Formats: sequence, C-alpha cells, structure tokens
Amino acid sequence: MSTSTTITPITLTAKDFATDQEVRWCPGCGDYSILAQVQKIMPGIGVPKENIVIISGIGCSSRFPYYMNTYGMHSIHGRATAIASGLKASRPELSVWIVSGDGDSMSIGGNHTIHMLRRNFDVNLLVFNNQIYGLTKGQYSPTSEENKVTKSTPMGSIDHPFNPLALALGADATFIARSMDRDPKHLQMVLTRSHQHKGSSFVEIYQNCNIFNDGAFEVFTEKSTKADEALFLEHGKPLIFGVNQDKGIKIEGLRPVVVNLSDGVNADDLWIHDEHDFYKAQILTRMFDDTKTEGHFPRPFGVFYQTERACYEDVMAMQIDETIATKGRGNLDKLLRGKEVWEIA
Amino acid sequence: MAANEELLQDVVIKFAGDSGDGMQLTGQQFTNNTALLGIDLATFPDFPAEIRAPIGTLPGVSGFQLHFSSNRVYTPGDIADVLVAMNAAALKVNLKSIKPGGKIIANIDGFDAKNLRLANYPEGINPLEDGSLDSYELIKIDVTKLTRESLKDFTDLGTKERDRAKNMFVLGFIYWMYNRSLENTIEFLKEKFGKKETILQSNIKVLQAGYNYGDTTETFTTRFRVEKAKMNAGTYRSIMGNQALAYGLIAASEKSNLPLFLGSYPITPASDILHELSRHKSFGVRTFQAEDEIAAITSAIGASYGGLFGVTTTSGPGMALKAEAMGLAVMLEIPLLIINVQRGGPSTGLPTKTEQSDLMQAYYGRNGECPMPIIASSTPSDCFDVAFEAVRIAVQHMTPVILLSDGFIANGAEPWKFPKADDLPNIEVAFKTGLAEGEDKFLPYLRDEKLARPWAIPGTAGLEHRIGGLEKQNITGNVNYEPENHQLMVNIRQEKVDRIAQYIPEQKLDSGPEKGKVLVIGWGSTYGAIKSAVLELQAEGHAVSHAHIRYVRPFPKNLGELMQQFDKVLIPEINNGQLIKIIRDQYLIDAQGYHKIMGVPITKQELVDVITKML
Repeated sequence: MSTSTTITPITLTAKDFATDQEVRWCPGCGDYSILAQVQKIMPGIGVPKENIVIISGIGCSSRFPYYMNTYGMHSIHGRATAIASGLKASRPELSVWIVSGDGDSMSIGGNHTIHMLRRNFDVNLLVFNNQIYGLTKGQYSPTSEENKVTKSTPMGSIDHPFNPLALALGADATFIARSMDRDPKHLQMVLTRSHQHKGSSFVEIYQNCNIFNDGAFEVFTEKSTKADEALFLEHGKPLIFGVNQDKGIKIEGLRPVVVNLSDGVNADDLWIHDEHDFYKAQILTRMFDDTKTEGHFPRPFGVFYQTERACYEDVMAMQIDETIATKGRGNLDKLLRGKEVWEIA
Repeated sequence: MAANEELLQDVVIKFAGDSGDGMQLTGQQFTNNTALLGIDLATFPDFPAEIRAPIGTLPGVSGFQLHFSSNRVYTPGDIADVLVAMNAAALKVNLKSIKPGGKIIANIDGFDAKNLRLANYPEGINPLEDGSLDSYELIKIDVTKLTRESLKDFTDLGTKERDRAKNMFVLGFIYWMYNRSLENTIEFLKEKFGKKETILQSNIKVLQAGYNYGDTTETFTTRFRVEKAKMNAGTYRSIMGNQALAYGLIAASEKSNLPLFLGSYPITPASDILHELSRHKSFGVRTFQAEDEIAAITSAIGASYGGLFGVTTTSGPGMALKAEAMGLAVMLEIPLLIINVQRGGPSTGLPTKTEQSDLMQAYYGRNGECPMPIIASSTPSDCFDVAFEAVRIAVQHMTPVILLSDGFIANGAEPWKFPKADDLPNIEVAFKTGLAEGEDKFLPYLRDEKLARPWAIPGTAGLEHRIGGLEKQNITGNVNYEPENHQLMVNIRQEKVDRIAQYIPEQKLDSGPEKGKVLVIGWGSTYGAIKSAVLELQAEGHAVSHAHIRYVRPFPKNLGELMQQFDKVLIPEINNGQLIKIIRDQYLIDAQGYHKIMGVPITKQELVDVITKML
C-alpha cells in the first residue's frame, strides 16, 4: 500500500486541479463558482494532489469529482459519507472531501451524514444547498420551505424543512459553517478553514439553482439586501450587520435580540462571536427565520462552531497499534492452531 | 460399583432445555471434550430467535445436537440416540426426533405442574408418569434438587445463582455416562470465572456432583465409549463456520499483504464474524460497526478503493439492502467481498434457522446486467478455504465476490485439520504504482488478460483519476452514454466474470464412479447429508455419485460434461429450487430437484429414499 507523503515540488495553480472533462452544469448554475473556489484554494492547502480524494453521491453537485484533477469517486445516492468514512478509516493520511447536495446528504443519505458527524472522521462535507431537486427536474427537497409549489407538490409542500446546521450540531459535528456561491472570498475562507479543522467539517453552501429554484437565496446574495439580511460571523468580533453597520445582536437572558447601535447601545455590549461556545452556537443555528416575516433575524454566515474531539480513524489506528505493542504482531499459525488441538497418528 | 463399558460406534445426543438453561454451552463443552479424544463429530445448534422467550414455553426451547463417531461423520445426525430434556417443553419439541428405544434423560423439576402447563400438556398429564414414554429408556433425575443440595455449603449463593449451575450437573452426568474426563471443562470454567472464586468453585462442585451421581446411583449398569475415528493423520482442532470465515479472511489478508477492513451491521446469524474479527487487531484488522447495512458495504467499498481489502458480512435482509452498492462495486471494478450467512426468509423470516434461498438473489438480485462471481461454503471448516479463495478471486480479477454460507454451517462445528501458514499460497496483488515508460495518461479501464483493470489507489502520484457508477467508456473510464459502448461494457463485465472459470479448479466428484445412474449435485450445507446418503447407496452397490459445487458463478468449465456421464441428475436444496433453475438454464438438462424448506437441514434418510426411487 502506498503512503506517499512526497511534497509536491512545483507550485500548483487552480488550473492544475481542472480536468479535461467538459463541465456540464446548466449555464448560470451556482456550482460553477463553488468549483472555481475549491480549485483556487487547493494549491494552497499544503496537500499533494495525489493525496486528495473527492467523494460524491448523486445529484447535480455530485458531478463535482469529474471536474477535479484529484482522486475522485462519483458514487451512489446518499452514500458518499459512508464511503468516505471507510476510506478515511483505512487511509487516515488522505485529505477527503465529500461533495453532496441537500437531498443527497439530508434525505436519502441523512442517516450516514449524522453518523459520520458523530464519529468525527477528519473529512470535509460540502453540502450544496439549493433547496430543490435539480437533477430530477424540480421536486421539493428536505430543505425546501413549507408550502413550496413544485412538480411533486402542486398544492404546496407539507413537509417542514430541515435546518441543516442545527441538524449537524445536533449530531455533534465539530465544525459547522455556512457560506454562499456568490461570495467567492468568503467561500474560499470557509473552505480553507474547513480543511484546517481536524475532524468532521459540515459546510453548508447556499447554491442557486437558476433553473428550478432561482433566487432562493437572493436576499442574502444581492447587494441591495445582503447587508441587512446576512450576518457575517468573525471570531472575537461583535455581531454587527446592516447597510450602515449600525445593527447588532445582543443576548438578553437566553434570547438574542436585534439592537440599533444608534440607540446608544455600545458595541462592547453586543454578542461577541466565540466559535468555541457550544451554547451560543445553538442559538446561532436557530437564527433561521423566514426572511419575509416581520422582525426576523439576519441569517449568519461564517464559522458557527469549532471544537476538538478525537477522530474515529485515529482511535481506530491507536487500538491496533496498542494491541500490536502489547501482544505483538499476530501470528497466523498460532491463530489457526487455537487453544485445544489433538493429534491423529 | 464399577459399571461395565460398552463400545459404541456412533452416537447422536441432543441437549434441549429452556433458552436460559445453558444448553448451548453444555453442548459446546461436550463437543470440545469429544473432539480432544480424536472422535469425529458434527454439531447442530438450534435456538430460538428470541434471546429469552417466555420461560418454559415451546418457542423458548434451545437445542444442541452432537453426532460423534469412530467412523467419519458428515452430518449432525438425522435422529437422536439420547435426548437430555431439561423441561417439559424440551421433551415435547424433540420427541419426534428420538430413535425408538433411545434414552431420555429428563429433569424432573422441569415437569412440574407449571412447566407441563406451559408446554401445553393437558391438565393432569405428565409424560414422565403416564407410560407414554414406555418405548424409550427413561432416566428421571431431579437435577434442580441435586444441584441445590450439592451447593448447600455455598451459603453466599442465592437459590437463583445455585440453579444456574444445573447444566453443569447434566454435563457431569453425561461425562460419566461416556466415561470422560472433566479436565477440559474445569479449565474452561477457570478461564471463564477466574476472578469469581465462589462461582467457579460452585460450578466445579456441581459438575463433579453430576459425575458422581452417575457413579453412585447405578443409573446405568453400563457406561459407553466411542473410540477415536480413523481420520487422516495430523493435528486437529474444532472449528465453527463463522469462526472459519473470519480465520480465512485473516489468512488471506496476511498472504496478500492487504490489511482487512470489515464494514458490518449486526445481524443473525452473521454477527459472530464481526465479533471474531474485532478480536484480531494484532493482524491489523479494522472492524467498523456501521449505522446500517448500506453503510457497512459502502464503507468497505471506501476501504477497497483506498487499497485495503474491504469485506462486508450479513444475512438475507441485509443482502437486499446492499444490492445497489454491489452494483456500484461492479461498475467500479474493485475487489470486495460480500458474505451472506443465509437464514430462513423472506423478510425477517426465520432468523436463527437455516436455508439456501438466497442463491437467486446473489445471482440476479441487482438492477441492470450486474454479474458477480459467487462461491459457496459447504461445511464449517470449508469456510476457511472458501473465504481465502474468495479474496483471491476478488483481488486477482478486480471484482466484488459474493460468498454464501448459511446458519447451519455458521454455528455448526467439526474437527479441522488446520493448515500451516507456510503452506497457504501467496495472493499476488499488483497495485499500479505510476505511469509506465511511454504511458502519458493513465487509462483506468485498460484491462489485462483476465479483463481485470488496474488497481490505482489514492496517494499514487500521476494516476489521479475519477471513477463512479455511471457507465464507463471502455479503456478511459470516462462517463459515456454511447449505445455501442454500453453494449461493449455490458459484454466485458459478463465476460470478465465468465473468464474466472479458467482460473478455478475443474469440478471433481466428491465420491462415486465417473459414469453412472444418478449424479447428486449439491451446494452449501447439504454437503454432509448428500455425502452420507450417497456413500450408503454406493456401499449397497449402486452407481450413484456426488458432486458438490463450490464455484457457483461461474461454474467450473467441465461441469456440463461431468453431468452428461449420468442417466439422471438430482439437485437437493433447502429452497424451492434455485440452483436447479440455473443448471437447467445453462446446460438444458432435465435435472430433478428435491426441495425442503422447513428451517432445518435435509436428512440423510430423506435423500436415500429420494435417490433410491431414481435408481
């Protein structure tokens, strides 16, 4: 088995991570930007190209591996997280990235997602959330808003949607972040942080499906509304947003409230973002209201939460090493012989 | 007084009691004791699906049948010479499988009013008292009372704890009956209860009390002895099927230098493979108890993709869940082993009972044209060789392989002349390590003479490539939807599996003449019953032969020719006729079937009767 750790001598560029395969997403799809940002950060993460593996499931986003000049597998619907778990358990030195969509990771593959997160394999799960089924041509997804009219729900969907980050936090993910296709710099930052995190990273990326669900995230991405609707989190900085950066979030008791800085509220009294605060992370993930409702909270973007916990693959390897250190390497003859034998002459 | 000793050739004994009575342990101890004397044997543990069905009821009966002999033994026996019945339910369930004139050793305490009622005996009827067992030799022992009495000095123990040692009394008594030493069981108890001195001593005390009871009460004026069997010279041990599968996998891992990865979800009767492999981390074995059957196989796919040997173990219902992922493995063309320890179906079916009804599922149970090699184990020790061989085929032919075992083999035990590590062949593995001279681009679906594609694992510089479940373009492996390419790839995947026939041994006859009247063809756990039946008929001078198929897909290349040498072909199976359909389909021969699907093995006598009618 190869455990190549050669440092790539030449400096790679984003182009080195592109393949000769024609990219076949619909023109204008948010996936193009995500692909570009992933290709941009790859040369800088310090991992030789041959040690990077991208595993995907099924759906528009899952075509991703074909366009990345690394090792890759376009697997079956919902199972990328489980395949990645087996790969990482077997080859801990590899940098494993999972590309999935809202249907792939939270509907058909929901079970594997939560179990991978609790086991904390050191992998990066990128969920391209477009709140719709694109590849099957427009049915509602587990993140679609209630009452959504789609091909399969002519009278509006009845399902209550998942809150992906709250779900990930509920499964004890050790890194939780949100970004969007239309903010390349922010997305690059989140992807890099995701790679740097040791443990399962859950990255939700708002991705526009311009064919079946165009404008789903418009209020967060368009210049005219972004400043008021999106709240960018930075560790150690107060939660401030708004066109004039004059609105903030404060904690009163156990609840967050929106305050106006021009009303004499001091920035020091605001909620200071702490990525390591599990309880505050719960509140942040719950700032998820319908943007059409009166008095709603802005939607947070950035790294919500990050913590350290032992990774499954490391403890698995440790148990093997410990066994061999104390008992010695297994002896096949001894195993086959067992404890009790008899001779026939 | 010293009892006389009578020499017996062949004994079938069945231990039966409530599932909490410790009959499996009793049976296993007696089995080990028997094996260590070089007596040939086969076992058949038969237990309820419930961990503890209501105490004393018919569904709660747990049995352990052991056939031991100074002749060669191939089955656990059709019918018991001796039944140990710990309660009324155990007697009722097993009465039909005791030989007329056989011995019944009954625990009187298990036949009180409550137990009789739970076993559905009519009010006031006790089979131990009403003469209904007159055609048997009935030995009544108040095991509970005698156990309690022998422990009267163990004041630390409550009645419940004392009663738990009942099975040791029975075991001690049987040891006396067959003139055995208590040594190996005392050693076993020391290991099991080493730190709990009182429990250890009380168990030894009861074991000895059972033995002494036989000695002092003159229950039998004769004790029995079975001599060593005439087996091939060598060193033997006792082995169970699931254990042998685990050992075969470890051996293959050692001989291929491929670390083993097992992805598995607990399911009866396959879980013991997971348990066994989890204990052998010193061989670098990675075991992963997945969240479900699908994650179990897909994690194994991830491991094989990474250059380990990925295995998943399951039983029928789990097999159904893994089907899509097997299809992925067929498309990816990577090594993988799927072990199905078959049980009664459909659906949840009969989890603890045996059946051979997943052959069609293994052959055809996936979407698309999705051929996979299939290999089947026939006895507990055969599981070792079959697991080893399955790994060889998977690695050298770059294909997922299905291994079929079943509940009967999984839990059955037999003597095993185990191999030496040095005598096992190496399994050559050739990872592609980089681009060759003059090769400017890696072609992941370029094939060798076996039609196997290169195994290029992540971490290998210059071979970065993408694979997946979409149809592949021949040679390049790129996604391709062209009609001609799909036809070509479907053909290649089939031919790749068919070509394995050139790399496996030809089908041999297990016994019998090369030409004759009837050829009995079997696969899997019917081996022992077919072998015994055919040997018996051969001894009577009939031209009957037996072939047992290990390589079920593809078949050995001479199978058709071999069948042509016989007037008639019989295919007995514990299903409604599955192998027979495939044989008829591939060879257009008028094979006859014998099908029984009752959750129990086919008996020798049934087969003797069926074959006799064909002669």
